[in-house]
Amino acid sequence: MNFSLRRALAVLIKEFLQMRRDKITLGMIIGVPLMQLFLFGFAINLNPKDLPAAISVDDPGIFARSVVAAIDNSSYFQIVAHTHSPQEARRLLAEGKVIFAIEIPANFSRDIVRGAVPDLLIESDATDPAAGSYAMAAFRSLAATALRDDLVGPLAKRAQGAPPFNVVSHLLYNPESITQYNIVPGLLAVILTMTMVLLTCLALTRERERGTYENLLAMPATPLEIMIGKIAPNVVVGAIQSLIILGMARYVFAVPMIGSMTLLAGALTVFIIANLAVGYTFSTIAENQLQAMQMTMFFLLPSIMLSGFAFPFMGMPVWARWIGEVLPATHFLRIVRGIMLKGNGTMEIWPDMWPLALFTLLAGTLALLRFRRTLD
Amino acid sequence: MSAEGGETLAIDVKGLTKRFGSKLAVDHIDIAVPQGQVWGFLGPNGSGKTTTIRMLCGLLRADEGTGTCLGLDFRTQSEAIKRQVGYMTQKFSFWEDMSIRENLEFVARVYGIDDPRERVARTLDQLGLTGRQRQLAGELSRGWKQRMALAACMLHDPRLLLLDEPTAGVDPKARRDFWEEIHALSERGLTVLVSTHYMDEAERCDRIVYILNGRLIVRGSVNDVVEKSGLHTFVLDGRDVRHLSRALHGQPGVDYVGFFGAALHVSGHDRDKLEAALDPYRNRDGITVAETAPSLEDVFIDLEEAAR
Repeated sequence: MNFSLRRALAVLIKEFLQMRRDKITLGMIIGVPLMQLFLFGFAINLNPKDLPAAISVDDPGIFARSVVAAIDNSSYFQIVAHTHSPQEARRLLAEGKVIFAIEIPANFSRDIVRGAVPDLLIESDATDPAAGSYAMAAFRSLAATALRDDLVGPLAKRAQGAPPFNVVSHLLYNPESITQYNIVPGLLAVILTMTMVLLTCLALTRERERGTYENLLAMPATPLEIMIGKIAPNVVVGAIQSLIILGMARYVFAVPMIGSMTLLAGALTVFIIANLAVGYTFSTIAENQLQAMQMTMFFLLPSIMLSGFAFPFMGMPVWARWIGEVLPATHFLRIVRGIMLKGNGTMEIWPDMWPLALFTLLAGTLALLRFRRTLD
Repeated sequence: MSAEGGETLAIDVKGLTKRFGSKLAVDHIDIAVPQGQVWGFLGPNGSGKTTTIRMLCGLLRADEGTGTCLGLDFRTQSEAIKRQVGYMTQKFSFWEDMSIRENLEFVARVYGIDDPRERVARTLDQLGLTGRQRQLAGELSRGWKQRMALAACMLHDPRLLLLDEPTAGVDPKARRDFWEEIHALSERGLTVLVSTHYMDEAERCDRIVYILNGRLIVRGSVNDVVEKSGLHTFVLDGRDVRHLSRALHGQPGVDYVGFFGAALHVSGHDRDKLEAALDPYRNRDGITVAETAPSLEDVFIDLEEAAR
């Protein structure tokens, strides 16, 4: 048969007519990308500043004070804690509360006056090598200039030439700055978010589109029973997927596994259920499968962009971090990196464990509230 | 709970009303179905049959109305009602990517039936579906789908069956078998409310309810309904009578002309005028004109025309 523009046009008109009827989907197709453009356009920063640092000062001298002031004035650092012991600083690093722990040793000022070159220790959390690299470079140049104004009189000649103190940096948890150590555990969070939400976002939408929803409602199953029945099989799918990713992490990418596997398995279970609950909630809201997929995309993108997976979490503006704090991927990312790379235990992961559990509970409750018991 | 005759009512609702936006889908309908009877629910498409049935089994919230279903408040106790009602949806609503047996076992488990496998096996056997138990529900013909759906909504031994156009698109033999089954069930005390467009099926019901535009128009036995209509019908038979349809249409006294097989049914409310209109045809060659009892179809079409 020869090509007829008229027939093609007929199909085209039919498609436009149908598209116009589905206003919500059309709105989402236009609205969702716009929102994402604004969201990520303003949130992402590849040169993170104001990174939280803990500082411990053992020296009451003027030079120590000047160094602290210089660090605090630098746009790269924000001193959020003054620690009194290396253990305390380490704990803050482990919990992810700070990215840097800086230690000004005793006799720092005295050594400079005497003409010695004291060490200044800076430890950084290198689980995400990208997060601190600019700040680290800034710290080194800071060493050269921090004391310039203080080195007067007999010390004036030290203001020129080599820095008056020596910066000793330790990259903790990932000393060789291997990107895979950061990305692969992060992928566990991202891949699970994607597949788990996708698995359940069609759970009820499909029943509705196929007309089996009416039958399901006519039977005496309660919303909670339906939800548990629909989510539970996917927990198994999530577990299999986790095993594959962790196996690859261990044997292909050689990512260290310092912490407890049991603890990781526990956190994984909560995380998987959290995402399944999100998908299920979407399926109680979406009118059709396209809408369910749009909602999934809308959830997935922030989970990649704002969770600290693709870009350093600390580099984002505060409002974007708050959005990140709501997402289960953000918390799980910290948990999985913490357990695998830092060897964190229950105490250290707790600050991220409870938000994950709370999120799961809220998503499940919302799904139950949204579940339509009737066809109204 | 008790009707005039002291019989127990399986369905007893008054003032049942449902609005969709500004549209009144069901408008203050009263239904009282005694236990063990088969009631037919008739009316054109969009008249509110499905909406009414859905309200009775708790799938739609009624905007107004009070009453009971199996002695339970249909507005507040729908969960308890669901356990004792078998509802067959108008559109096949079982899982097409599951086999007959899997579908039935799922239903049996949801209703908490002890030993679902055994019960399903017995049901399959009774319905002659054992040979097809592994076939996917989506691959079945309409007739078999309908048998499966009936089997599924009977699994939990309901006391009330709500069937929404169960025989639409089903072949005559399957329809007949289906009705045999319905009557057998009703003899065992089951109450059945069945919506249909088939007049022969309506005639097999103890009572019929005719609704139009959400309003209950007439209710009673088939004979009651025909009598209450006040309609007179003449049958014109013979060669080429079908061509007379257009000529008769709109004549004074003729309210409705319809085909009845090869014959023509001419109906009207005013007997004298109707006869006058038919007079010119009485002595035509090869045409017979005789009075007959109006059929249910004549009555319903007349009701529909009158509502316009």
